[in-house]
Amino acid sequence: MRRIATTLKAAAVAAVLATGVGAALAWAPSARAAEGHDVIQIPDTRFSFDGIFGTFDRASAQRGFQVYKEVCSACHAMHQLSYRHLTQIGLSPAQVQALSSQFQVQDGPNDNGEMFERPARPADRFRRPFANDAAARAANNGALPPDLSVMTKAREGGADYIHALLVGYEEPPPGVTIANGMHYNKYFPGHQIAMAAPLNTEGQVTFADGTKATVDQMAADISTFLTWAAEPELEQRRAMGVRMLIFLAILGGLAYAVKRKVWADAH
Amino acid sequence: MAEGLHDSDVKNPVLRWVDRRLPVVSMVQREYGTFPTPRNFNYFWNFGALAMINLVIMIATGVILSMQYSANTLLAFDSVERIMRDVNYGWLLRYAHANGASMFFIVVYVHIWRSLFYGSYKTPRELLFMIGVVIFILMMATAFMGYVLPWGQMSFWGATVITNLFSAIPLVGEHIVTWLWGGFSVDNPTLNRFFSLHFLLPFVITGVVFLHIAALHITGSNNPLGIEPKGPKDTLPFHPYYTMKDSVGIVVYFMVFAVLVFFMPNALGHPDNYIPANPLVTPAHIVPEWYFLPFYAVLRAVPNKLGGVALMGGALVILFVLPWLDGSPVRSMRFRPIAKWAFLLWTVNFFVLMWVGGKPAEQPYILIAQICTAYYFAYFLVILPLLAKFERPLPLPASIAEAVLKRRGGGPLPAGAAAKPMEKA
Repeated sequence: MRRIATTLKAAAVAAVLATGVGAALAWAPSARAAEGHDVIQIPDTRFSFDGIFGTFDRASAQRGFQVYKEVCSACHAMHQLSYRHLTQIGLSPAQVQALSSQFQVQDGPNDNGEMFERPARPADRFRRPFANDAAARAANNGALPPDLSVMTKAREGGADYIHALLVGYEEPPPGVTIANGMHYNKYFPGHQIAMAAPLNTEGQVTFADGTKATVDQMAADISTFLTWAAEPELEQRRAMGVRMLIFLAILGGLAYAVKRKVWADAH
Repeated sequence: MAEGLHDSDVKNPVLRWVDRRLPVVSMVQREYGTFPTPRNFNYFWNFGALAMINLVIMIATGVILSMQYSANTLLAFDSVERIMRDVNYGWLLRYAHANGASMFFIVVYVHIWRSLFYGSYKTPRELLFMIGVVIFILMMATAFMGYVLPWGQMSFWGATVITNLFSAIPLVGEHIVTWLWGGFSVDNPTLNRFFSLHFLLPFVITGVVFLHIAALHITGSNNPLGIEPKGPKDTLPFHPYYTMKDSVGIVVYFMVFAVLVFFMPNALGHPDNYIPANPLVTPAHIVPEWYFLPFYAVLRAVPNKLGGVALMGGALVILFVLPWLDGSPVRSMRFRPIAKWAFLLWTVNFFVLMWVGGKPAEQPYILIAQICTAYYFAYFLVILPLLAKFERPLPLPASIAEAVLKRRGGGPLPAGAAAKPMEKA
């Protein structure tokens, strides 16, 4: 009995410690959320990639790419991505080839020392909408449209936040004055955002697969696409993680059995 | 035996030839095979081995990452993203390295906690403990510089805040900061030297770890009862007993590590570090990595900059004199009815400091941080010295073997009898 009591006591101490570490870690993100003083609740959106076994809905990611290409890419670069990466969301190499050749990119210098334009190849990075940050600011009322390559990892709330932001435009509540050229968004920290509602009318984009292009649908699709863009390894990573944990569980069982056998006469 | 050769009892002729000239085989056999180890370790004694494994993982992943990383302010952020996308299993290497740092601190914090609870810092292990504190401080420096390398917003601003702490030193502070930066702000020279030092320090740590182990193998390990082994009945050979027990802990450790790396790789990081560093835009709130938060809370608890820096340094340096602050001859808190609760409260206090360190520097958080900082130091400077005088410890068992056999609930173990396996406490 005494033995069991001691074991339980030790287990309790370990549990208290583990809970302590866990709680402290869990607190850390909420500590960040509290920083903005005015805490904004980001609504939870259901995505295909939620959970341990979640994967990217390829159709949604492709629609999201279309939204990026036709809307976002007017201002936002995604310079970490190459056209060839799009095969990962289900485009065929021929489609990628055809797609990339629509864009003109600068290359050079040639033998005469001159820069020249040529159609993009699959290995090229996504074409940037502006030559440099100053040009981007000049065209956008002084605001710099951020690069979207890792956007879902760079914002608290990730894909949920992107989706909420894109559907969060509304008239400012009474008493709130919006600076010139700014827009009210209920999910943006501080509520004043320089970007005008980019997705504003149903049917703004025509999806080839017949999906109805509501603002909410387009916002969800671009969030899926951006999540893939930020974490292209996500599916491979989780699949490997599941295999790793199964392997470790078996190894752990064996190790524990051997340990008990070795220790059988030592207590 | 030829003159000048080691007297080896290794059977294999090739190994024997080596061992007689360089007795590594004998040494491993002596230090990790037959090494007499107290028979009553609980699973808290896994954490030294876990820390060693973690160090190896950090160096292995780090060396490979450094082959793909560019330590230049214009290239660093993109080179990290390139590792994530275009290097084979680069995401695995980087996430293992980044989360490995968190795992390292979890493991080392538990290791230190174990040492404080079971009085492993007391004579004759004072130097062993102090070397451990040196390793901890080197780890903090290494982790801090490593966090700067991806050159995100938190990298840049964290580096700015922490290096600026040196400016609190009177007279020479500003010059020291300029010297650390290699210029007049955190910039390319800073990134370059941080990369260099981040590569160097793990090998310094490895060296100090060997000193730590060497010192351990002179005094032998402490144990949950805190009494010295008195004879062979109190010990077991390290192998296979503790190699096997450590193996169980290692698998559990890898499972926790795997959950972080594969399912929540960015949970312990800060989203702002995926925004490229921009010296013109300050993040709304600059927070260090979670493992620095308790000390960050101590720093901010003091309204005076120099005072805060001194107290934060003091929170670490005080560990060096802990063996002399705690004069009680009883090591294990199991036999210290008052000190045990004072220490468990100190543990809770540490977590509160960690929590408050991530909060903005405003009331009521400042007051909480001040109270917790006071208790952090009071435990070492007031409670432990007083308890050494006034606390009446519980009676200690006569020997480890006696305590273990008593817990079995029977008389002496008959030779060769198959005792029922027991869970380790």
